[in-house]
Amino acid sequence: MSESGAPFVNEAAREVVLRVAGGTKRFGDLVANDDISLELRRGEVLGLLGENGAGKTTLMSILFGHYVADEGRIEAFGEPLPPGSPRAAIAAGIGMVHQHFTLADNLSVLDNIVLGSEPMWRLRSDLRGAASRLREHSRRFGLDVHPDALIGELSVGERQRVEILKALYRSARILILDEPTAVLTLQETESLFRTLGQMAAQGLSIIFISHKLDEVIAACGRVMVLRAGRVIGERPATGTNASRLAEMIVGHEVPATRRSAATPGEPVFELRGVNAGTGGRDRLHDVDLTVRAREIVGVAGVAGNGQGSLARVAGGHAAPTRGQALLFGEDASRSSASRDARGRVARIPDDRHALGIVSDLALWENAILDTANRRRFARFGIIRRREAKAFAEELIERFDIRCRGPDTPTGLLSGGNMQKLILGRVFSVRPRFIIANQPTRGLDVGAAAYVRKCLLEARDGGAAVLVISEDLDETLSIADRIAVVHRGRLSPPRAAESLTRREIGLLMAGQWDTVRDAR
Amino acid sequence: MSEPLEILLTASFWAAAVRIATPLVFGTLGELVCERAGVLNLGIEGIMTAGAMVGWTSVYMGADLWTGVLLAATCGAVFGALHALLTVPLGLSQHVVGLGVTLLASSLTYFSYRLLLPGASTPPTIEAFQPMSVPGLSELPLVGEALFSQTPMTWLALALILVAAYVLNRTPMGLALRMVGENPQAAEAQGISVNAVRMTAVIVGSALMAIGGAFLTLAAFNSFFFTMVQGRGWVCIALVVFASWRPGKALFGALLYGLFDAYQVRLQHAVAKEIPYQLFLMTPYLLSILALILMSRRATYPQALMKPYRRGERG
Amino acid sequence: MRVERRETPSAWLALGAPFAAIALALLACTPLIMWHGSPVLEAYGLLLKGTLGSRGAATETLTRATPLVLTGLAAAVAFRARLWNIGAEGQLYLGAAAAAAVGAGAIAAPPWILIPLVLTIGVAAGALWLIGPALLKTRLGVDEVVTTLLLNFVMLLFISMMIEGPMKDPLGFGWPQSAPVLDEAALPKIVPKSRLHLGFVIAVVAAVVFWLIDTRTRWGFEARAVGSNPAAARFAGMTVQTVMIRVAILSGGLAGLAGACEVTGLRGYLALDLSPGFGYAGIVVAMLAQLHPLGVIGAAVFVAGVFVGADAMGRTLGVPGFIADVIVAASLMCMLLAMFAARYRIRR
Repeated sequence: MSESGAPFVNEAAREVVLRVAGGTKRFGDLVANDDISLELRRGEVLGLLGENGAGKTTLMSILFGHYVADEGRIEAFGEPLPPGSPRAAIAAGIGMVHQHFTLADNLSVLDNIVLGSEPMWRLRSDLRGAASRLREHSRRFGLDVHPDALIGELSVGERQRVEILKALYRSARILILDEPTAVLTLQETESLFRTLGQMAAQGLSIIFISHKLDEVIAACGRVMVLRAGRVIGERPATGTNASRLAEMIVGHEVPATRRSAATPGEPVFELRGVNAGTGGRDRLHDVDLTVRAREIVGVAGVAGNGQGSLARVAGGHAAPTRGQALLFGEDASRSSASRDARGRVARIPDDRHALGIVSDLALWENAILDTANRRRFARFGIIRRREAKAFAEELIERFDIRCRGPDTPTGLLSGGNMQKLILGRVFSVRPRFIIANQPTRGLDVGAAAYVRKCLLEARDGGAAVLVISEDLDETLSIADRIAVVHRGRLSPPRAAESLTRREIGLLMAGQWDTVRDAR
Repeated sequence: MSEPLEILLTASFWAAAVRIATPLVFGTLGELVCERAGVLNLGIEGIMTAGAMVGWTSVYMGADLWTGVLLAATCGAVFGALHALLTVPLGLSQHVVGLGVTLLASSLTYFSYRLLLPGASTPPTIEAFQPMSVPGLSELPLVGEALFSQTPMTWLALALILVAAYVLNRTPMGLALRMVGENPQAAEAQGISVNAVRMTAVIVGSALMAIGGAFLTLAAFNSFFFTMVQGRGWVCIALVVFASWRPGKALFGALLYGLFDAYQVRLQHAVAKEIPYQLFLMTPYLLSILALILMSRRATYPQALMKPYRRGERG
Repeated sequence: MRVERRETPSAWLALGAPFAAIALALLACTPLIMWHGSPVLEAYGLLLKGTLGSRGAATETLTRATPLVLTGLAAAVAFRARLWNIGAEGQLYLGAAAAAAVGAGAIAAPPWILIPLVLTIGVAAGALWLIGPALLKTRLGVDEVVTTLLLNFVMLLFISMMIEGPMKDPLGFGWPQSAPVLDEAALPKIVPKSRLHLGFVIAVVAAVVFWLIDTRTRWGFEARAVGSNPAAARFAGMTVQTVMIRVAILSGGLAGLAGACEVTGLRGYLALDLSPGFGYAGIVVAMLAQLHPLGVIGAAVFVAGVFVGADAMGRTLGVPGFIADVIVAASLMCMLLAMFAARYRIRR
């Protein structure tokens, strides 16, 4: 991936800058971190691998003082670190780059960076001095941003640079990056790896958290694997390979999703030269796409390239600003989500908590959330509670939703069970068109495999399926045809078998011509 | 009396506009400080009422005028602390708590006033702040009286606008305040205590509101009567939106409001009786709503306004 | 120290919350009574006696509770859908004005036609006064708190204009009040020799109907979904704007009905002292009831009782009547605390 090999030699000789011994953290019955011990040395890049829910983020939150560990001790540069205080962590030289950036959009780069670095009661901020120090850091590590720009105007990659600069500005000597590449393009990722190499060479220590195996191998000197809150093992990155690590992460071999060949039928959903967006700005440009019955079309791409707008147009939540959307051959450009909800179109949202469920309502009420206007669940505006609860019971049974019954407040379900509820709601009404946006995000391997199985079954049952996913493995494993979205443009869909991973990677980086010429 | 246009040329009109604007400047600034930190303070109406009563009563009972202002501010700070306690660490609904503070502050004010001055049918008066004239400048045509013949409290209001603008934009404190209103997670990650900053902002802001109330009884009038705040607090909330959460624009908005209000009072007298006076009195409220509508499209709210922050919970 | 959500909200605490809050509020108000120099126990005794001590006191409490049930419902309906309607006071007055205008002789008809007609017009007028702010909220994103609050002041001026102008009673000796409503438009009394009128029954029926709408119908379902997660409701295909407008009509209508009932059941005419802040007190009622429609009835009776009882206490001991407002406001604050305690716990 990148040429920045890990600059570590004779690592045992280097001093230990961070030591965690026996770190344990429980949330209710769940043990998120179970007796975790780790050592980080000067000038080292340590990769921390694990699935979602393996305990990586919890561990880092403890290090940075967002959580207090129930047991265990932490030492930074030989000194014990006071628990539960981000301020103490900063003072000890620990800097954190969060997965979700902690930046204020309406404030400038400089404001975001200077915050907290000066004594509160000082009568005047030394903004000029701060700006020049910031420029110095920018130069030293090749992190280029304009100090006066508003965060809201920056690209995702630039925002990440601000996050890193923020830590460096506070003289961080240990830098923790939580899933830093999830939102980056290939080029941005490579540039990040170069920066990391530079920083390590200058004596900084880095913890790099990820679940992408290739990246960890490319960027790190040493790799540590977490599973179910425990440390499973530790390897030097040079002596290992992706499949060995994968086995360590999952604990067993990953069952491949078996996909039979598609037998596409008539077109169900079509976009013709569609532009769409939010807030008066188009995020999609001139998109053509056809999804047929009995096929799955996968849309791959790096986050933030127009997937949201595509999902909204397909789901009837937004109208195209230009072009035409056809559903079952009829013009659906002015289509509304409420009309679609009458059962022909089903949508799986990317953000379960925000869009999928209403956590204050009971489980059975969420079960009919998008079908409450059907005759089956409501007559003359009166909800048929018995019918709805029976339906909820059926979903609990068929989709194995762990709960205390249909009256459970939905907010009490775990993320996986919420997703099962949403899936059950979607699949049990026999939709003819399914839009699944990041359908397995945040799910464990078993749950994710189940979701894919459901999507394939729906396809074989005659539905047209549009899967939008940032997880390339997922797209490759279930899609019959694959298109790639980049900066709001959609590459022409191609049969999944005819595309290599490398080609998709290039498409994701926007190099469509390279891919076409290679043919 | 004079014709509608001639009103604009009388010096007393301009002076009145500034006088009307002064309590709004205090109130708007107070609300602005709270909202910049992410807390909507609907207690403003009650806090202004309490400030008016406390300021006036202290002076009536023998304190000097500035002590009255100080006591009013303290009273405001106490109600602010109550608001802050419920909305910040406990994270309760800012709407309901704010209305509760308004109901509690005004009912306590009326009750206390009745106990302190039982059976006073016509409200007693005090020796209020007098306009200070700057020799020479206050004789300038039109603007002279408006700008240089005001009470010291108006000067205080103008000074506070400058102080607030400076503190917000040029000091570490102000940056922390803006950040907790925009992204409390980010502030926390930089080692700032979100709760401490928010609570301080609400307490200081509430003190400013109470000073605005005290202006009514210590400078604009010289006695206290019930319902004297008359929705000025709610107007301040509209003015904060109109001002896009900026102190300078808040001053501009308050002055604009003062001009309209002073003008409608004079117009009432100027035009004949056939138009009911109530229509004139309505205009300031309707204009506030209009201002809200016009600014709503461009408004860039503090991103974390009305969002309680609890450590460890993702916003 | 941090605040943690209870995994299973305690039902016992939720039920006990209003009672704990009221006890706490009365406790918090004792220093005020001591300040006045009255014996605390006697004062609260008189308050209770003045509320429920006699048939006359009880019917007076229920009479006072009538508009509070309706404004409390207005607030509960709106707050459930997160529509912050603080303008019930204005909607109440417009409802009252419309009822007074139609009931005072604009149409002559027998009671069984005129009463429903007058009440319906009151409902429509109240609803009308909230549709504006609701549309501004859904269409332009204008905060409804400020608009509804400011419109209260506009409405009071409008009422003042009407009763000094076109609606002024020609036989009213110059008092600013409207002409009285016809006998055919007046709500009948339901307890002889008292002021308790049919409005109370109407209010209770309204509470039950709203409870049924809330729990049993698609409209209630949608309003609750929109109230707790508008983004998910929109994703599920509900049109949030329509739901909001529907809620606004219901909420404003209930406040308008409160005004119409006060005019036709109690006062008989429109005047500026028709409502001593019923609209604002309705917010307290709704919160004490934890926004539950049936709870609103009990909460309204409590708030009304405090006001009626405080009058009695004031007559005997001379405690200023504002003590009632203080007790009610303190109850609201304590209720917020109690609800918090029922849902969260504080851990070190």
